[in-house]
Amino acid sequence: MSRVAPETLRPLRVRAPAPARKLWNGLVIALCTLCAALILLPLALIVGHLLARGLAGLTLGFFVHLPTPVGEPGGGMANAIVGTFILAGLASLMAVPVGVGAGVWLAEYGRGRLGGLVRYTADVMSGVPSIVVGVAAYGLVVVPMGRFSALAGSVALALLMLPTIIRSTEEVVRLVPRSYREAALALGAPQWRVIQQVVVPAASGGIVTASLLALARAAGETAPLLFTALGNRFWSLRIDQPMASLPVYIFDYAKAPYEDWNRQAWTGALVLLIMVSLVSGLLRLTTRRLPRR
Amino acid sequence: MATALSADAATPHARPATARRRLSRLADQVHRRALGATALLVFLAVGLIVFEVVRGSAPALGTLGWRFLIGAEWDPVADHYGALPYLFGTLVSSALAMVMAVPLGVGTAVYLAELAPPRVGAVVAFVVELLASIPSIVYGIWGLFVLAPFLRSLVEPWLIAHLGFLPLFQGFPFGIGMLNAGIVLAVMVVPTIVSLAREILLAMPGSLREAALALGATRAEGLGVLLDAARPGILGAAILALGRALGETMAVTMVIGNTNRISASLLAPGSTMASVIANEFTEATGQLYLSALTEIALVLFALTVVINALARLLVLWTTGGRRDVAGSA
Repeated sequence: MSRVAPETLRPLRVRAPAPARKLWNGLVIALCTLCAALILLPLALIVGHLLARGLAGLTLGFFVHLPTPVGEPGGGMANAIVGTFILAGLASLMAVPVGVGAGVWLAEYGRGRLGGLVRYTADVMSGVPSIVVGVAAYGLVVVPMGRFSALAGSVALALLMLPTIIRSTEEVVRLVPRSYREAALALGAPQWRVIQQVVVPAASGGIVTASLLALARAAGETAPLLFTALGNRFWSLRIDQPMASLPVYIFDYAKAPYEDWNRQAWTGALVLLIMVSLVSGLLRLTTRRLPRR
Repeated sequence: MATALSADAATPHARPATARRRLSRLADQVHRRALGATALLVFLAVGLIVFEVVRGSAPALGTLGWRFLIGAEWDPVADHYGALPYLFGTLVSSALAMVMAVPLGVGTAVYLAELAPPRVGAVVAFVVELLASIPSIVYGIWGLFVLAPFLRSLVEPWLIAHLGFLPLFQGFPFGIGMLNAGIVLAVMVVPTIVSLAREILLAMPGSLREAALALGATRAEGLGVLLDAARPGILGAAILALGRALGETMAVTMVIGNTNRISASLLAPGSTMASVIANEFTEATGQLYLSALTEIALVLFALTVVINALARLLVLWTTGGRRDVAGSA
């Protein structure tokens, strides 16, 4: 960089790119930046409209009252909010033990061909449309039971959660340092105790996060509930009966030709988004190393 | 992972097998088998889905045969079922979404992987993850009450006036229809493309970019080299996003208009396979009607499984399995 002997530097001088190439360079960079800026737009618009249209209805009554008949103002979605929690909770009871077990197996023993096949199957399963899972749950639970039920809805949600939990659990269990396993084995612990008392506890934070993320996704699903849990305008805590859920309510209220119902749909959507985003947003902020979804 | 380090191999002078050690080895076996059994439940889950959907559609498969896929008439009253309008609606709305989402997603991924200052990049990445976590029904209500009036009053009249000579933009400005569904779908699948394409770009060897820059390439030309190498993986990301778009239900059901006509115009309302199931399944009376809807689910299932399997193979192949990106979408 010194100016002592400019002649010796001459062969090394880099020619500036031709104007056309420079222009193209600037254009490409500008376009990519524009794309990233454009992505921010829909999120801002959606959140903005949800707040603008839904915030007014966000009263205590919305959380504690039952829906009212058409034309009668007021009313809330208390049963749907509770229903969503029950459905998602039941689904977790089914999906989490299986998903975590399979994920731990994949991380610890899944190196062979069978492991690859399980992994691939879980990945492909995560791409099955939720409506198809709903149709399957209809045949699996609703038809034998003879009626729509919360149980059928949660089976559908559990099937949707399973692949996510499996793959995320595998990922976080793999993150446990090898030295933990080696130290435990060196102390004479058998393999199963190493996994059960060293590896899984070390990964437990990540496993809980992964399960909650899957839970949040499932809580926002509508399509698989339409003809499994169906919906219910009254209080019902029985899992062998139809049960209300927030997403199905929003769908019904948004389709209805009554302005008051449409307003409530917006409020419902706002509540649902807050519930879902709060869980996933907070978790993502606290744990950066988790795989997406 | 640690199977190679079983207690025997780690101890140079293995003690003779006592009863206790044998018990411990048995416990290991039981534990391993039990975990393995939960893993096998994945096959059971997929198997059950396939079994139920096939069983449900058996009557329609038997009665309607191949005419089901090419018939354009859907008349439950006369028990006539042709799924072509829905197949058409699914393919067109998804294609439209891909046209918008792929350039946008790849551009953003390039920005995130190569251009963004770390802080800005973190914000954009966070927004993309938030977009991915918004429930489908929320996109639907936004598309129905916000996007539809906007399209109806501003965008579609303009398209009809200026591009109306194309069959694509003829008809009335309904607001709801293929165009609306395509836009909503594009927003919904963009996060998939961004996060996967970004992972793939980050998995490319840095020497590619360095070599290009050393030869005097501009930044954009260096990006070109990188994108060239990442092409199959990015194609995989796009196909994976396509798979999601094909199966997306609620948002599309709310904004597509739900008619069973085939129209060349993007402004016309239509239906997709997923939306017709969502709309009619609970109201389907009669065995053949229900079975026909289940057969649509079967076709949709087959379509998405094939597409997903293909996409994941492409992604794995490009990244050489070095990054576990296949599980991330």
